[in-house]
Amino acid sequence: MKIVVTVKLVPDTNAVKRIDPATKRLVRTGVETVINPFDEYAIEAALALKEKLGGDTTVTIFTMAAESGKEVVRKALAMGADDAVMLSDAGLEGSDVWASAYAMAQALKKIGFDLIICGALAEDGNTGGLPNALSEYLGVPALTNARHIEISDAKVKAQRETDSGYQVVTGALPMLMTVTMAVGEPRYASLKGIMGAKRKTTAVMALSELGLEKAVGTGGAKTEVVEIAARPARGKARVEEAADGPAGAKIIFDFLKERKLL
Amino acid sequence: MNFDLSDEQKAIQSLVREFAQAEVVPRAEEMDRQEAFPYDLVKQMAELGLMGLPFPEEYGGAGADTVSYALAVMELGRADASTGITMAAHVSLGATPFYLYGTKAQKEKYLIPLAQGSMLWGFGLTEPGAGSDAANVQTKAQLREGKWIINGTKAFITNSGTDISGGSTITAVTGARPEGKPEITNLIVPQDTHGFSRSRKYKKMGWRASDTRELSFVDAEVPEENVLGARGKGLQNFLTVLDGGRISVAALSVGLSMGAYDESLKYAKERQAFGKSISKFQAIQFKLVDMLSEIEHAKNMVLKAAWEKDQGRDFAMTASFAKLYSAEVSRRVVNEAVQIHGGYGFMDEYPVSRMYRDQKINEIGEGTNEVQRMIIAKMLGL
Repeated sequence: MKIVVTVKLVPDTNAVKRIDPATKRLVRTGVETVINPFDEYAIEAALALKEKLGGDTTVTIFTMAAESGKEVVRKALAMGADDAVMLSDAGLEGSDVWASAYAMAQALKKIGFDLIICGALAEDGNTGGLPNALSEYLGVPALTNARHIEISDAKVKAQRETDSGYQVVTGALPMLMTVTMAVGEPRYASLKGIMGAKRKTTAVMALSELGLEKAVGTGGAKTEVVEIAARPARGKARVEEAADGPAGAKIIFDFLKERKLL
Repeated sequence: MNFDLSDEQKAIQSLVREFAQAEVVPRAEEMDRQEAFPYDLVKQMAELGLMGLPFPEEYGGAGADTVSYALAVMELGRADASTGITMAAHVSLGATPFYLYGTKAQKEKYLIPLAQGSMLWGFGLTEPGAGSDAANVQTKAQLREGKWIINGTKAFITNSGTDISGGSTITAVTGARPEGKPEITNLIVPQDTHGFSRSRKYKKMGWRASDTRELSFVDAEVPEENVLGARGKGLQNFLTVLDGGRISVAALSVGLSMGAYDESLKYAKERQAFGKSISKFQAIQFKLVDMLSEIEHAKNMVLKAAWEKDQGRDFAMTASFAKLYSAEVSRRVVNEAVQIHGGYGFMDEYPVSRMYRDQKINEIGEGTNEVQRMIIAKMLGL
C-alpha cells in the first residue's frame, strides 16, 4: 500500500509573523521554515499505519514548496518516511487553495497513491480548505478529522472526530483523509533516521511535467486577498461605579440585556 | 573557513533541543530534589540513538560525528546537567574505551549494548587517594591461575550502580615495569563479579540525579581475557579517553551556561522593578550581554575541538582550552544568573538555584581547572 502524506512548509510557529503590505502575503524570508505542526500528526498516522500493516506499505512525503525546503522535508524522512517528492516551480507562486489543489492533484496522480493523509489545517493560512479541494480534483472520497484509523483489505474504518464525540466511518481505498491531533503525538526523528535520511530520495517535479490544463499561480487563483488589517486595538474598558451590590448587579444586567446576552 | 553546521548536525541539534525542552526540562527540578536517576529518559535517549551517537552503526551506534555529539550534550546540559552528564559520561567514558581499545569480541559483547543504550558502564580511574594524581593507582590485580584477583577502591564513578549498569572498566596495577614504575592495565569488571561491590549513591551538591558511587574490590575475580587494550597501557589509554571526555564536559559547561542564560533573559523581561522590566536597566543588560558573549566564545572553542577530532587532528590542546574556559565561564554565568534573579534565585523552585549547584563540578570533574592549566603548560614545553 502506498501512503502519501501532504506536508506544508510554514514559518516557524513561534516566530513573529509579518505580512508584506504590497503582495498581501506572509513574509517567508528571514524566518525559519518548519513542517506545519498539524502535518506532523499526519506523518505520525502514516508511520503508525506502516508499522501496523508492514509488508510493502510505504510512506511518501509530498510537498509543494520551493526547492530550498528540501532540508525541512528531510525531517519527515528522518522520522521514518521512505521518500519524498517536491513540486517546485516559480509558476506556482500566488496559487490559492483552489489552484494549489489542482496542481497538487496532478502531481499526486503522477506519483500514485492508495491513501493520502493530510493535516487538518496549516498554521499559516488556517483555511483548512485544501484537503477537500484536493479530493475533488482527484475524484476520491475525503474522510475528514480522523482520530483513529484501521485498514484491512483496502477497507478503511476510522473514528471521525465531532464536536461532541466521534462517528465511526468506513470507506474503500483509494481515499484522502485528514487527521486531528488525537491521532497520536508525532514521534521524534531518531539519530539513525537523521543519518539515514540523506540516503533517501527527494524527487523534484516541475509544472512542465504535469501537463496542466488549467492555470495555476496567481492566474489560476479564484480568490483574491483584498485587504489585510491588524486586529483592531481594544478600546478602553467602561468603568462604572455603583452605590451598592444590587445597584452594581443592575448595571451589569442592563449591559448584558442591551447586548441581547440575557 | 566555514562556520555552518551540516544538515545532519543541524537536524541532530534541533532534535535534541526539542527532546530536551519537552521531556527533560519539566522533570529537572523534581529529579534533582529526589536524587532520582531518570531511567525512562535514558530509555528514550536510547531509542533516539543518543546513547551511541558517535559510534559506527555496525556497533549499534548512530555514526554521527563529534561536532554533533558536542551539540547534543550542550542541548541536554542546557535542560538538565544530571541528564547531560549521564549521557555524556556513558558515551565518552563508559563506551569509548571499548570502541578505542576493545577486541572485536569485546566490542560485540560490550560496545553494542552500550551504544544501544540498554546497558550503562562505569569508568574506574579515580581513587580516594588518586584524583589529579591519576598515576598513583593503588588498586592492584594479580594474575593467578588464569584469573585476575583485584583489590582496591575507586571513587566518584558515574553510571556505575544503576539497575542497568553492566560493570566498570578500571585501572589496576598489574605488576612492575623493568625500570621499577608500576605497570598499569585496564580490566573489565562485570557487575556480578564476586567480590565487586558498589556503595550507596553519594550525596552530592549538584548532578544529584546522576548515579555516582564508590567501587570496592575485595579479591574480586575476573577472567584473564578481561584485559582491555594492551597490558601496561592502562593509564595512557585512559588519559587518551579523557582527552575526548574533555570535549563533552566542556559541552556540558556550555549547555549549563546556555540554560542559565535562557532563564535569566526570561526572568529579566518578566520581572518589574521601579516601574519597568528589569531588562530595561543597563546593569542587567550588561550582565546578559557579558553572559552571552562568553557563552558564544566558549561554544566556538568546544566546537573547534570537536571539529579537530573529526578531522583526525591532534585536538588535545584545544579540548583542554575548551574544558578550562567553558568551566570558568559557567561559574561566571550561573553566578550572574542568580544575581539577576535576586532573592528568587536563592530559592529552590527557580532553576538557576539548581544550576548554581550543578556548576561547580564543571571545574573539578575530568581534570580540575588547575590540572587543565598543567596539561596545557606541559604541551607548551614549560
